[in-house]
Amino acid sequence: MSVAMRRANAPHTSMFLRMLVRAANLRRGRVITALIAIMVAAAVATAMLNLYVDVQAKLRKEFRNYGANIVVAGKDGQALPADALATVRSILGARGLAVPFAYVIAQDKNGRSVVVAGTDFTQVAALDRWWSVTSWPQQPNDALLGTRALSAITPESQPFDLIFHDRTIHVNPAGILHTGATEDSRIYISLSDFTNWTGVAPIVIEVAASGNSNEISSVMRELTKALPDAEVRPIRQVMEGEANVLGKTRSTLYVASALIILTASLCVLATLIGWVFDRRADFAVMKALGASEPTIAAFFATEVAILGAVGAILGFAVGIAVASWIGRVNFHAPVTPRFVIFPAVFAGSIAVALIAAVVPITLLRRVQPAIILRGE
Amino acid sequence: MFARLVYESFRRQTRRKLLAAIAITLGVGVATAMLAVATGIGDKISRELRTYGANILITPQDDTLDLQIGGVDLKPPSDGAYLNESDLPKIKGMFWRNNIVGFSPMLPVNVNAGSQQITLLGTYFAKSLTFGKEQFTTGVTKTHPWWKVQGAWPNDDSNDVLLGEKLATSLYKHPGQQIEINGTSRSISGVLSTGGAEDNQIVAPLHIAQAITGKPGAVRRIYVSAVTKPEDAFARRDPRSLNPADYDRWYCSPYAASIAFQLQEAIPHSHAEQIRQVAQNEGVVLSRIEGLMLLITLAALFASALAVSAAMAAAILERRVEVGLMKALGARKASVAALFFAESALLAVIGGLLGFAGGALLAHQIGQSIFASQITIQPVLLPIILGIAVLVTFAGSAVAIRRAVNLDPALTLRGEA
Repeated sequence: MSVAMRRANAPHTSMFLRMLVRAANLRRGRVITALIAIMVAAAVATAMLNLYVDVQAKLRKEFRNYGANIVVAGKDGQALPADALATVRSILGARGLAVPFAYVIAQDKNGRSVVVAGTDFTQVAALDRWWSVTSWPQQPNDALLGTRALSAITPESQPFDLIFHDRTIHVNPAGILHTGATEDSRIYISLSDFTNWTGVAPIVIEVAASGNSNEISSVMRELTKALPDAEVRPIRQVMEGEANVLGKTRSTLYVASALIILTASLCVLATLIGWVFDRRADFAVMKALGASEPTIAAFFATEVAILGAVGAILGFAVGIAVASWIGRVNFHAPVTPRFVIFPAVFAGSIAVALIAAVVPITLLRRVQPAIILRGE
Repeated sequence: MFARLVYESFRRQTRRKLLAAIAITLGVGVATAMLAVATGIGDKISRELRTYGANILITPQDDTLDLQIGGVDLKPPSDGAYLNESDLPKIKGMFWRNNIVGFSPMLPVNVNAGSQQITLLGTYFAKSLTFGKEQFTTGVTKTHPWWKVQGAWPNDDSNDVLLGEKLATSLYKHPGQQIEINGTSRSISGVLSTGGAEDNQIVAPLHIAQAITGKPGAVRRIYVSAVTKPEDAFARRDPRSLNPADYDRWYCSPYAASIAFQLQEAIPHSHAEQIRQVAQNEGVVLSRIEGLMLLITLAALFASALAVSAAMAAAILERRVEVGLMKALGARKASVAALFFAESALLAVIGGLLGFAGGALLAHQIGQSIFASQITIQPVLLPIILGIAVLVTFAGSAVAIRRAVNLDPALTLRGEA
């Protein structure tokens, strides 16, 4: 079969396709420049949108370093029910931490009063990360002494006795605690030692619930329902501070993303307008050969749309990589790729590319092909 | 001749120049605004973080152990040492006085009210103090911003008191009513809600608590809220172990530790310390947000540079015929390139100036709408931004200029290149 026959029998659309492929192939250099511009713009947009979505979660995690945001306490200073801690932990699951605290005022052998607290050391270490501790107690009867308690009660770090209602416990100072607040005047021992010694049950459970404000309020509602005898209240200081800073950061990031995406689109616009203008000779030849204006417009539009689509896909991949790099560098945790933003980036790229094509095409339409072909 | 070429090029091709100038203006504007926001955000977020309340606590130096459980002070008033109220204004005389957002003295005492034992907390609400010629207001409204009052805050010189929310409910009291405290009737100006131990307490002007303890001028502790710099390795060094030069640098940096150190110097017989829960975490959050803004600013600079380069490249490649004509008339490559570079520089300076002004305005808007405070642009930034604008414009034009001057004039003039 001759070439002529094959071409004659081929469907009409193949000419359109061949023109597209040839056009891209013949001006490879400029196609690559335009593609890079779109790719970079899409990458920057992807990275910014991904960060915008993810940064909240990242910052919330940082804010959990402030410790508890909910307090569960017995009503009117009563002790909590015995199963309170188990109930709180089963409601929380993996959504947060719950740490019990029990307090008494005990005396040392010189009759000096000191607040002794019983708690769960491994949980406290995770909840109150600002506590500066020389070494956490491991053995039974080991105690963690606040700096001021240490210098008042046993400056040489010798083991000592504590007396509560005629019952004595002998404790070893295992570590020193420094917080700059009231904890510095206390002695912490493990909860099991504490209950064996005093028989006093925890009066407070400090809860650090993770998530946004809606999730935290739903945790609070569940806790209130499960523990009708206890009082569940938010630590307003922590909640309000968090909401405040998160809101401002979010707004700043929003403005920054908008500005950056605008500049990136401008870059694509400039490159593509130049690219289409450059091809005015092609435009003129097509027109001179009798192509209708809609056909030519469709041709250029398809061309830039394909560029936009390819650039968006490549740019999305690069953008995800950039976002996760920023996550690792700044938050020491990768930013999760959000594929939900892909449609937005994809549609945005194609839209910008089409806008870029419209401007030169409308300008060229008014010009006679002969004038362009003469190079004027 | 050269100047005329540049002048005519600008006069006759206003439209093309306009496009490039808009690109440069926008690019520089975005870069300026982002730089200004990134440099200012540390300070802004730091002030927002003051919502967390005081980050430094001052206590008497030779105090006995605190007996505090769940925010309730159980120490008898006869026990322990006190600070002197008259030393308080000295806080505003120290080196970092402008970083002190506010401070509140606290004096808890046990009182009989409504047939039960209740803690009464004496403090400042919005007390007006003077140090030297400077007048300032301070109190819990500054250091404990999450405290909310239904009714009115008492005047610091009045005999009015605030009732904690839960206490008010259990005593069936409302703002405007009277309450008997240790046999004296006081009027309740408002009901206080804090989410903490104060909800079960009476909060009163400091002088009432002092009168009840019988210790005029006595203060148990002072909460200070200060704007600080995130702690780094240098901040954690012991000031006593530093050499004089390092000591001066440490002393003159607004670290929580060095401000606490200066507070301790300012107030006799005191011990000042950063509250680690607030101070430490503040540093972490602050450095994360600053780091984020820095990276985003880099992204903005990168995007602006690309936009400017792309616009310049497009503008120059459009003028191939012109280049061909110049070369056909005998212009050397170097002189053609010089002409283009001169034009680019002029565009960069004009666009850069406009962009700087626009960016400053934008930063101002961002500051007003998000942080409700000023973001100022350092004038030092102007030459730097202009320099960057010229450099980026040159870099963006360089490839296009090289391609334009290397074209064969015959081909370009026939319209084939």
